[in-house]
Amino acid sequence: MTASGPRTLTRVLVLAGVVLGALFAALPVVWMLAASFKSNTEIFAYPPRLIDESFSLQAYWAVLTDPGQRRFFFNSYLVSGVVTLLTLLVGILGGYSFSRFRFRLKGALSLFIVGVQAVPPITLMIPYFGLIVWLRLYNTYWALVLTYMVFTLPYAIIFMTGYFNTLPRDLDEAVVIDGGSRAVVLWRILVPISLPGIVSVGVYTFMLAWNEFLFALTLTRTSDMRTVPVGIELLMGQHSFEWNEMMAMSILGSLPVLVLFLAFQRYFISGMSAGSVKG
Amino acid sequence: MSDSVVVSPSPLSPRGMRWRTRLTPYVFLLPALLLFAALSVVPIVTVIYYSTMDNVVITRDAPSFIGLGNYVELLTSSVFLQATMNTVILASVSVVGHFILGLGFAMLLDSPFVGPMAKAVFRVIYILPWVFTASIIAILWRLLLSPNGVVNYALSATGIASGGPIEWLGSTELALPSVVFINIWAGYPFYMVSFLAGLQGIPASLYEAAKIDGANALQLTWHITLPQLRPIIISLAILDFIWTTHQFTLVWMTTAGGPIRASEVLSTFTYKAAFSSNEFALASAAAVVILVMSVIIGVFYVRSQQQASA
Repeated sequence: MTASGPRTLTRVLVLAGVVLGALFAALPVVWMLAASFKSNTEIFAYPPRLIDESFSLQAYWAVLTDPGQRRFFFNSYLVSGVVTLLTLLVGILGGYSFSRFRFRLKGALSLFIVGVQAVPPITLMIPYFGLIVWLRLYNTYWALVLTYMVFTLPYAIIFMTGYFNTLPRDLDEAVVIDGGSRAVVLWRILVPISLPGIVSVGVYTFMLAWNEFLFALTLTRTSDMRTVPVGIELLMGQHSFEWNEMMAMSILGSLPVLVLFLAFQRYFISGMSAGSVKG
Repeated sequence: MSDSVVVSPSPLSPRGMRWRTRLTPYVFLLPALLLFAALSVVPIVTVIYYSTMDNVVITRDAPSFIGLGNYVELLTSSVFLQATMNTVILASVSVVGHFILGLGFAMLLDSPFVGPMAKAVFRVIYILPWVFTASIIAILWRLLLSPNGVVNYALSATGIASGGPIEWLGSTELALPSVVFINIWAGYPFYMVSFLAGLQGIPASLYEAAKIDGANALQLTWHITLPQLRPIIISLAILDFIWTTHQFTLVWMTTAGGPIRASEVLSTFTYKAAFSSNEFALASAAAVVILVMSVIIGVFYVRSQQQASA
């Protein structure tokens, strides 16, 4: 047998695998997109067709013109945005402390923060319910913001500590010699250089908050406080399976993550493989 | 700064300065520590306390201490044992599925037959499932797997299944396997991305040396790729196992643990015990069981990480 024989075979097998893999990953998503353009009756038409005569943007229009559903999006953007800003602020402070100081409880506290990351959300759910009611935060944005920060902060602190550790301390000392304070060192010097790391943490945090479901379900009650993931579940109950609207809302609800992913692909992947959590 | 100097003309004595310097790192950490104390230490203590009580949170009767009573009730409940079993099945089969697909796709993309442009495009396609949140993935698969859905149509049109529409999520035999499949579809991109990064780190000289010795593709994978990726594989598998035992949304929104508890997992069991049956004490005990499981696996994780860095 010539050397090119098995090589051609391998090539064909690899390319077949690449295409099959793409179908496996993308077909469900293509179907979601197709269903969002159909009328509800055509979705279960027999035989099924990818695109049919009922093609329209009606489902998107219905979602976007419904004040209740617009509110889900508003809530999700607001909560995720505030969580991201606060997580970055508190995480940068924590990372700075771990990176630039030696102190007695450093080892214990960093182990504690790693431990917080491993706590199952469902374990916190029951006491949270009582605690959030007691704090008078039940059915408020703050209930969600503070809760999500418990899950986003450990990663932010660990990641920022690692990032600051890669920056030489000579930088800090040069500023201090020139009479600058710690605040100047942190906010004027370290933070601007660390922008790639901060973007990575920010994207990860936003996504985790955007996707969260369990606490959004248990810590809010009225539909004006619901976020997109829970809103989709509500849509399932209220509208007796308006599949086209649910698919349109799913597409709209996935856009922010898709856009963030495409825009920051490189940061995203480095942040993801540095030990992130998928909600 | 020495301890013998006590008096100083400056507003802050050296001793005072020393305290300030000592406290500075804690001040920077204070917001995070306060949050963790209030919203993770306090709740964990509370849930352990609840788990030893009867009548807590929403009750008619006064709370009373019953020691390990809730745990005895759990361990003798066939529903709880079933949920534990299902959780272990879901987590372990998902880990294996994620590993196979993640490694397979990473190796396909990394193969010399795929050009840089195609690699970039297919990488985005392969990552697609990861862009969608669990509740959206659940709804999408409910549409695809519905008895009149496109999956059943494809199976009957190609003659693979001829016995009428299959109840993927609605039958006791298929509900759990279907949920496992959906979870595998949703989760492999995380492995793939990590493996892609890992494959870049394997020196090409290793492969070349083995090829000179006449190794085939399978031997290369088995003797070079897998051992080189070992640290990544171990940490991914452990983390994924822990996260999958925490999975609530996907199960809740596809089958809600049904039909008749066929796909019940620990998190849906706990949620139902608390919010459907108002048995918050029993739910707390179940929540503590999940916590203990996570802590045990977490200790393995930390050990494996320490070994890797040692």
